[in-house]
Amino acid sequence: MTEGVREITYRDAVREAIRGALLTDPRVFLMGEDVGRYGGCYAVTKGLLDEFGPERIRDTPLSESAFVGAGIGAALGGMRPIVEIMTVNFSLLALDQIVNNAATIRHMSGGQFAVPLVIRMATGAGRQLAAQHSHSLEGWYAHIPGLKVVTPATLEDARFMLAAALADPNPVLIFEHVMLYNRSGVLPSGIGTVDIDSAVVRRPGTHVTLLTYGGTLFKTLDAAEVLAKDGIEAEVIDLRVLRPLDAETVLASVGKTRHAVIIDEGWRSGSLSAEISARIMEGAFWDLDAPVGRVCSAEVPIPYPHHLEEAALPQPAAIVAVAKATLGG
Amino acid sequence: MNEVHAAKPHLTREHLLALLHGMIRIRRFEEKCAELYQQEKIRGFLHLYIGEEAIAVGAMLALTPMDAVVATYREHGHALARGVSMDAVMAEMYGKAEGCSRGRGGSMHLFDAPTRFYGGNAIVGGGLPLAVGLALAEKMEKRDGIAACFFGEGAVAEGEFHESLNLAELWRLPVLFVCENNLYAMGTRLERSESQPDIHIKAQSYNVPAEVVDGMDVVAVEAATRRVCAAIRGGGGPALLECRTYRFRAHSMFDPQLYREKAEVEEWKRRDPIDRLALWMRETRQLHDSDLAAIEAQVASEIEHSVTFAESGHWEPAAELTRDVYASEGVP
Repeated sequence: MTEGVREITYRDAVREAIRGALLTDPRVFLMGEDVGRYGGCYAVTKGLLDEFGPERIRDTPLSESAFVGAGIGAALGGMRPIVEIMTVNFSLLALDQIVNNAATIRHMSGGQFAVPLVIRMATGAGRQLAAQHSHSLEGWYAHIPGLKVVTPATLEDARFMLAAALADPNPVLIFEHVMLYNRSGVLPSGIGTVDIDSAVVRRPGTHVTLLTYGGTLFKTLDAAEVLAKDGIEAEVIDLRVLRPLDAETVLASVGKTRHAVIIDEGWRSGSLSAEISARIMEGAFWDLDAPVGRVCSAEVPIPYPHHLEEAALPQPAAIVAVAKATLGG
Repeated sequence: MNEVHAAKPHLTREHLLALLHGMIRIRRFEEKCAELYQQEKIRGFLHLYIGEEAIAVGAMLALTPMDAVVATYREHGHALARGVSMDAVMAEMYGKAEGCSRGRGGSMHLFDAPTRFYGGNAIVGGGLPLAVGLALAEKMEKRDGIAACFFGEGAVAEGEFHESLNLAELWRLPVLFVCENNLYAMGTRLERSESQPDIHIKAQSYNVPAEVVDGMDVVAVEAATRRVCAAIRGGGGPALLECRTYRFRAHSMFDPQLYREKAEVEEWKRRDPIDRLALWMRETRQLHDSDLAAIEAQVASEIEHSVTFAESGHWEPAAELTRDVYASEGVP
């Protein structure tokens, strides 16, 4: 499948992905809160109810545990459900189903039953939605064996990761950063599929490796531009997949640049950034010329006022500063 | 209408003997498990169903092979009544690779694809949303199956009970909810945890048809389940049976039972579902000593075989530890 060169938003790319899945596989259906008549909390699913009807675009009650669990049951029963949870904070109401059932059933059943379920949810801060709608908990989910966790940042990943997730026999969680939905750009032609196994180098460089994913990818690319003006060539790696981690790509880059900075909108303590740092210690300690640096969210529930929210989040200036510090600047 | 879809049980002598056999089979199997637990052949948690056998045996007869079954951590009886082989169940109790879950689940997580037995769920209430989803798949795929979900009255305190009943009725899904009300959630008696202890009334508040059944009467359970399943299969949406029952043994093997009086246990034991059916069959001259002896001998032999099978099973090599966490191949 190829599409012509055209300008679309991340939101449109996700919608096209869902639409494409519904068109190609009759077992696929979408359910979640306000995905139908309302058109989706972030307007991702607008128009799908009219096209596919209420059997396949299912508005659910505000019962995260029941509809996520029902997604697991439907997957066990042979369907390919896409479950949308409005935001990662709400997914905590379904944590039992995700962690105790989706992630375990294959193993507990000795491999007899698969849960080919996809759960999509919004994550991240930036819209002044305060402390119950703005967190980045994808790193938590990446702790759980049995789950796959993916974080599309680019338009092509937004457009094509869903198909890869649906084709995967394991439960896959897709985290869409809220600040990406309005980003627009040209979807490259000639791409029809992407993998959900590997990290990708988004900007090649030789002096320092900047490791990030999701909503902070573009902040990191902006920081790399600033660094370039000072003669520092940063290599930016988009992790894309938080579980299983593509350590090989990470270590190859760090082995080359000998410097690493991790940028993660999650908090620092007990986090994904800590895990990546540990992997680098285990796999590339003797290649390093400096300690691994980190730029994470401040250890605070995300506050409402714009200036405080911005202060809580990783920003390009901080990325530049930590990268330079790592390089001894 | 075939036997399985019949809305009423046929109380022939043969059928009654089968009911009795089914209950004795579970009882003796679990008595053996308790013994093996003392010998430390079976470890972890062991939750015995003894006293409640009439529910699994009676209800399972109303199900077809196309139906899906979801149960709890007290599910040995359900697995056996559903048709999971006793050998595979016993090997699972041992944790052997020949077990029905390759030894990965143990007593609380019996799974079996051929009989559509989806566990073995040890999170109270956690199985209800799964049953809703399994029923959703049946409905969307226009298949004839229903999802039968067994759970204890303790699950009624969980949000998942309420969310699941609401969703099942809202979408008119073919779910049979079977609440095994044995009065105690571990040590907490129903009245101490529920403002409304009549569970069928809670179900009715979600417009789910619900009725109370004597869970110590296997014929009553079978009759009610057949009747209700016929309605579910006819497109009537979900239904709930509240089976009033009692567990004769402790919650698990670690429970000193400080929360209930011995007299209460003895009182319920006088309603033992096995004794009750046997007595009635004797009174109506449908059961002779030789029948009972034959059942006991057959059951003893099957159990002995299962123990030998489990004993001779093998421990999965630790090198295979991480298998079945992820699948690499596609799902059919």
